[in-house]
Amino acid sequence: MSHAAVTEERPSTLRGASLPVWSPWAIAAGSVVVAVLLGLVAGIDSRVQWGLIAGLLFLAGTYGIAAKVEGRRQAKDRIATSLVWVAFLLAVVPLVSLVWTTVARGVKVLDLYFLTHSMGIVADSQPGGGIYHAIIGSLEQVGLATLMAAPIGVLTAIYLVEYGRGGLARAVTFFVDVMTGIPSVVAGLFILSLMLIFEMEPFGFAGSLALAILMVPVVVRSTEEMLKLVPNELREASLALGVPKWRTILKVVLPTSIGGITTGIMLAIARIAGETAPVLLLVFGNRFINNNPFEGAQQSLPLYIYQQYANSAGANAAYDRAWAASLTLIAFVMILNLLARGIARWKAPKSGR
Amino acid sequence: MDITTKNTEAPPPSPQPTEAESKRAARGATRPGDRIFLGLSRGSGILLLVVMAAIAVFLTYRATLAISKDHGNFLTTLEWNTGVNPPTFGIAVLAYGTVISSIIAMVIAVPIAVSIALFLTHYAPRRLSGPISYVIDLLAAVPSIVYGLWGALILVPNLNGLFGWLNDYFGWTGFFSWDEGAPRSMLTVGILLAIMILPIITNVSREVFRQAPLMHQEAALALGATRWEVIRMSVLPFGRSGVISASMLGLGRALGETMAVATVLSPDFLIHLSLLNPGGGTFAQNIASKFGEANEFGRDALIASGLVLFVITLLVNGAARLIIARRKEYSGANA
Repeated sequence: MSHAAVTEERPSTLRGASLPVWSPWAIAAGSVVVAVLLGLVAGIDSRVQWGLIAGLLFLAGTYGIAAKVEGRRQAKDRIATSLVWVAFLLAVVPLVSLVWTTVARGVKVLDLYFLTHSMGIVADSQPGGGIYHAIIGSLEQVGLATLMAAPIGVLTAIYLVEYGRGGLARAVTFFVDVMTGIPSVVAGLFILSLMLIFEMEPFGFAGSLALAILMVPVVVRSTEEMLKLVPNELREASLALGVPKWRTILKVVLPTSIGGITTGIMLAIARIAGETAPVLLLVFGNRFINNNPFEGAQQSLPLYIYQQYANSAGANAAYDRAWAASLTLIAFVMILNLLARGIARWKAPKSGR
Repeated sequence: MDITTKNTEAPPPSPQPTEAESKRAARGATRPGDRIFLGLSRGSGILLLVVMAAIAVFLTYRATLAISKDHGNFLTTLEWNTGVNPPTFGIAVLAYGTVISSIIAMVIAVPIAVSIALFLTHYAPRRLSGPISYVIDLLAAVPSIVYGLWGALILVPNLNGLFGWLNDYFGWTGFFSWDEGAPRSMLTVGILLAIMILPIITNVSREVFRQAPLMHQEAALALGATRWEVIRMSVLPFGRSGVISASMLGLGRALGETMAVATVLSPDFLIHLSLLNPGGGTFAQNIASKFGEANEFGRDALIASGLVLFVITLLVNGAARLIIARRKEYSGANA
């Protein structure tokens, strides 16, 4: 054996042997083939089990081959890599399925008629009807909640960032954190307890109050982050010119961060627009159009989905309506999200220098 | 700059007054406009505290009304009969169901979410990682009722195979025995909750992993570490507190999730050992399902159970804050 032959076999003594780049694909293909064969032979007809067997084979094969050729440490690295990939693919399946079914089933009955008619004369088990009343209710309840929550949230964030020192600010920070974790149903129960005390019937604005409670902490958190991004030099420059602090905040700090604040508020709206539980407890649902949020039960999109699912005893027409309403709701939330992100990018605060 | 700060012993007359003045300015006591604005912003902060206090006070008030008339033991009774006289109800089943379903959700979701976060920051090709992060951001915004609808109509029928398999091989443990009923059980709820909280945990963990100090990672690589060793030795220790807080966020959402559980579970008021057989209930689900038929007293009873849920989520959130605050002190990698 000549010296040259040895170096040809091992190009570098520093790196050690390594598997070729295509080896993961080869092992994957091999394990899928073996899994399919095994499945056919053993008579397993569930595709999920085929997938599981293939996954296990892939992991075992990767570890075995890599440990033999490259050593234990490299084998562990490869296992970690494939586990991470497997976890990712595993998570993608339900999420893709969710989006796909909502779109595929939602477009079935989603048309202009569906968007412009209520359920007034349509029984839950019959086809027809629409979500006009639910859209009206949702827009009014979420709009009123935003009118309450956005100013309170932004002002609180201004207090925390621009003024807040000492005990009160610490308490507010802590309780904003706590409020973030309040389940939506508890916020609903709180307003319900007030309504029981004052003996009120369900109406739209009660839902708005609960939604506002859920919305405020989200707005505070995001606005706080945005205000902290405003460079201190801007504040100091304004104060040095003799501008009062409140005008500095209104004319310098807020305009600089308005893009981010708007984004935060829109994301918060997107979050509360999908809340069902408080609406179920406080607004109750209504088959008819009710334009007045301050009197009488209303409908809302998420609640409509729930009631179409729960009260229809498995009628396909109701499921179709539920999917179509889901698609509308998701579209609304997604458009808000995309708009918010667009604004964030467009109005991003310029950095200090 | 340096000189003025060091020369405080022999000051030019300015430093003391300016400090006092800036303090006064910070309190906003100088101009009427400042005073009004400070009042408004401080007022809304105080309003938040008042609302929190009101939530606790009013829930407790209505809850005591209900519990004082409870014929059974509020903590241990396996029953929820509020329409009859004397009323008998207890939260044992709800507490068990809430805890079990959340534990299942965490066990499934946290490892997968952390893996996805690592995938996005350290494994995925850069061209893939951007769009995928974006999609996961959007998925975090999908309303829970849509997850519920999907879970009830798509997930449940597809779980028959898994449940049968679990029953075949692990049925002997008792936890996984299955009587072939519709798979609307605690395990189903746990799986659905896991899918729901996955995007949140992934998002937060991803942000933390992204901030892991590059210097540590490059140092480890330079010493010959494999990619997995880099992650284990420099990324994961840095991100631990972030992952914990992300998980707690997810846990908070799982504990309080209402509609998804209400659509998927077929509830009853017994504690089942098997996770596969339908039955059980959670606080939030019970409130949503029982609300429609409840009279005023029944609503008070539901408020009582909501108060317990409120306290549990407060404890979970508080624990998360404590853990994060403590980790922050010890984490050496703040740079």
